[in-house]
Order: sequence, then C-alpha cells, then structure tokens
Amino acid sequence: MQTETKHTQKEKPADNNEVVVDIDHISKSFGEKEVLKDITLKLKRGENVVVLGKSGQGKSVTIQCIVGLLTPDAGTVKVFGDNVAEMNDEQLKELRTRVSFLFQSGALYDSMTVRDNLEFPLTRILKIKDQVEIDKRVEEALDGVGLLDAIDKLPSDLSGGMRKRAGLARTMIVRPEIMLYDEPTTGLDPITSREISELILNMQKKFKTSAIIITHDMECAKITADRVVIMNEGTYIAEGSFDELKNADDKLVRSFFNETT
Amino acid sequence: MAEQAVTGYKKWLEGIGEQGVFFTGFFRNIFRGGFEWSEFVRQCYEIGYRSMMLVGITSFIMGLVLILQLRPSMLQMGAEAMLPKTLAVSFIREIGPVIIAIICAGKIASGIGAELGSMKVTEQIDAMEVSGANPLQYLVVTRIIATSVMIPLLTIIGDAIGLFGGFLALNFTDDISFSLYFHKCISSLEFIDLFPALVKTIFFGFAIGFVGCYKGYNSNKGTESVGIAANSAVVTASLWIFVIDAVAVQLTSLLFYR
Repeated sequence: MQTETKHTQKEKPADNNEVVVDIDHISKSFGEKEVLKDITLKLKRGENVVVLGKSGQGKSVTIQCIVGLLTPDAGTVKVFGDNVAEMNDEQLKELRTRVSFLFQSGALYDSMTVRDNLEFPLTRILKIKDQVEIDKRVEEALDGVGLLDAIDKLPSDLSGGMRKRAGLARTMIVRPEIMLYDEPTTGLDPITSREISELILNMQKKFKTSAIIITHDMECAKITADRVVIMNEGTYIAEGSFDELKNADDKLVRSFFNETT
Repeated sequence: MAEQAVTGYKKWLEGIGEQGVFFTGFFRNIFRGGFEWSEFVRQCYEIGYRSMMLVGITSFIMGLVLILQLRPSMLQMGAEAMLPKTLAVSFIREIGPVIIAIICAGKIASGIGAELGSMKVTEQIDAMEVSGANPLQYLVVTRIIATSVMIPLLTIIGDAIGLFGGFLALNFTDDISFSLYFHKCISSLEFIDLFPALVKTIFFGFAIGFVGCYKGYNSNKGTESVGIAANSAVVTASLWIFVIDAVAVQLTSLLFYR
C-alpha cells in the first residue's frame, strides 16, 4: 500500500517538494516543564509523516501549534508559508478550513447525530446552504468510512472505532489539504486499528492530502508513513523511512521497533 | 505566608481578567452575525421547558406553605383578609424570583457547567475551534441568551403557580372563591411590584448562563474538572443571584419607594 501511495505522489512531481508545514526550532513549556525542545520539522505536499514516541513526550503539542491551538514560546510555525503566530482570527479561520485535525477521541459533538456532526463544518465553514448538496456530501463521506448505516445514530451509540471513523469523515468532509491525526488508533483493537490506518492511507490517495500522524502504534506507522520521526523527551532523535529506522544502529531508536514488530 | 497571599491575590486578579475577556467575547459574538438560531431554540427548550416541572412544583409548594405559615399570625392580628395581598406582593416581588432563580441555578448552571466541562475534556470545544467554527458563538452566546430569556418566563409561570398553591391552601381553611382570591391578589399588585421583579430575573438568567458557561468553558482537562465546574457553577451563580437581588432591591427602593 505504501508503494501505491508513493506512486500517487509520483503522479504530481511538481508538488512534491513544496513545504506545506514548516516547523522551525520551536520550544514550548508548561510551567516548569519544557515539553518541546528546539523542534524542527518540514511536511511536504502529499506526504505522510509519522511522529513516533512514548506518551507525554509533547507529540500532540507539536500539532496543536500548527493549527494555533497553542503558541510556541520560541521558534516559528509556518503553514503554506504564513506564520501561524502572526495570524488574526480571520486568517486562523481561513487556515483551519485547509488544515483538519482528528482528535484522539474523535471529538464528536455528543448532542448531535452523526449526520449533524458532519453537516456542522459544511454549513458553518463551507457555508453550503443547499440541503441536497449537504446530504450528498455527508452520505459520500460516511460511505467512504463505511458508516452509512450509523448516519442517524448519536455518538453515544457508537463503538470507539466507529467514533474514530465518524471523526475522520467529519474532518475529511471539508476536503482539507493537510490532515493532523492525534493518536488515531489509540484504544482500538488490532483489527480496527488496521482499518483506521488503511483509511488514513486511502484518504491520502483519494484527496492527495499531506498528513502528520502522531502515534505510538507501530502497525499504524508501518502502514501510513512515508517518513518517520522519532521523538523522545521533547526532541526529535531520528528521522527516516520506517525500515531505515527499524534497522538503525541507535539502540534507543531500535527499541521503539523491537517492542512491537 | 505573605508570598501565598500575593499568589492568591494574583490568581484572583487573573480570574477577574479572564472573566472580563469572556464577557467581552460574549458581547462581541452576539453582534458578529451568523446567530445560531437552531441551537438557541434547542437551548430554550432544554433550559425552559425541561425546568418547568421543577419550577412548577417548587412554586406550588412555596405558595401553599407560605399561606399555611402566614395564616395563624394574620388570624391573631385579625388581618386574615390580607392574606392574598401579602402572598401576592411577597411572592411576586421577592420570594418567587429568588427561589426560582436559585432552583434554576442548581439545575441549569450545573448542567451547563458539566456539559461544557465534559466537552472540554473530550476535546469537542477544541475540535469546534480547529474546524474553523466559533465555539463561543455556538455554545456560549446561545446558552446565555437562552437563560436570560427563559428565567423571566419561568418566573412568570412559577409566580402564577405559587399563587395558585396559596389559593388551594386558603380554600381549604377559609373557603375563599377562586375569583375573589385572584381579584384580591391582582388588585393588590402595582406596576412597581411587577416591573423591577421581572427585570431582575433577566439579570438572574444572565448570571446563571454566564457563570455556567464560564466555569464549563474554562475547566481543566480532566474528568475531575467536570464535577468541579458543575459544583462551582452552582455556588457562584447562587451567590451572584443574592448579590444581584440586593442591588436590585436597593435600586428599586431608591427609584420607586421614596
């Protein structure tokens, strides 16, 4: 599958080197604790970058800085060439229509059905008024993640895997150019984890999105990654393809892979 | 010791500042356009209709009990005929609005605090924000306006039910007719009994909505925070109701009863 993805990228060679997210030497502390220490990362168009690391290492903080949920203490985050920290409300809103974020829990709105959850970004962000168009896009998105049967269910009636898939459909419905996945397979059984990982890959192929995937699931990293970055104690310690890092000389890097693969 | 006091004072000032920012954000978003009418109507239903039974029962019992408690004293003074008037004036001016607001603070402020708190914990508010939608407009503006509209309506309904409770209690003992009782109640009320009482309920509603939203929206990210947000919303909203009531009574006295 990875080969197929790379083939897709080869179809658009001109775009391949365009850096869509440029994280340049950022640091972030919460009180006394320094969570990010001089992090630098570039995401190219159409590329899937997986950030691997143990829990509590600041992986999620990195992607929260990309959408302006958090502001780094030092360094800059540029998305499509613009510094996120210098954006006003309107520019941030505009940015967030091009960059989607899948939260760890799926973050579906409890009080709404799955249909309403998916309609929410269509009516509020894309400002689509035509109900026929809205219904079509909602059904298409749910069909894409195999959840059409659950369209009128409430999030409380869905399993963990279904919630993640519905969350994925909600983020993809606005057809973003960049996807940020925060632990997309955490808490799921191996079969559902694999399904979600394959969905992520399919989304990349179908919509040509670039993505940063935060995970500590090796199976997910293996399926989705074009490039893997390993994070430890707030800093990146290694970068390369999945196979390169798996066979790396560094003991610490190898230990990430040896535990599960 | 002094250091702790300074830290506490700083935290208190920060809290005031945060509330000021939240308050400004609320007003800015009312006039920003794209008002969420469907969510506002849903909140009116949740806040108003779903609280009606609680408000009705409480008001009915309050009216009934007040007559039963007042009657022996009034009888001693030979002022039995004044019972409908006494109940009407005390209930509509003070007891009704305050009791109903306190009951609603317990139900609605805690509900809003817990709902927004759990939305915060489960990252739903963050999801709304990063999706480019405006969580303040969708979650906060609708709830605060809904409480500001529904608490006065609930108070009007509660007042009527409370007076009816008083009628039943009086009818058991004194066999007063329905029309005579309500004639006495209504004829004893003046504009200055009704208007300030109604206006202060709008502020009670605002306080309930604002405190509930503020506590929930700014809760920490942990399940424990949901309980803290709900609890703190009830306590703070109840306190604000008494403060607003005290100010309203003073203002009413200055403006109307001199």
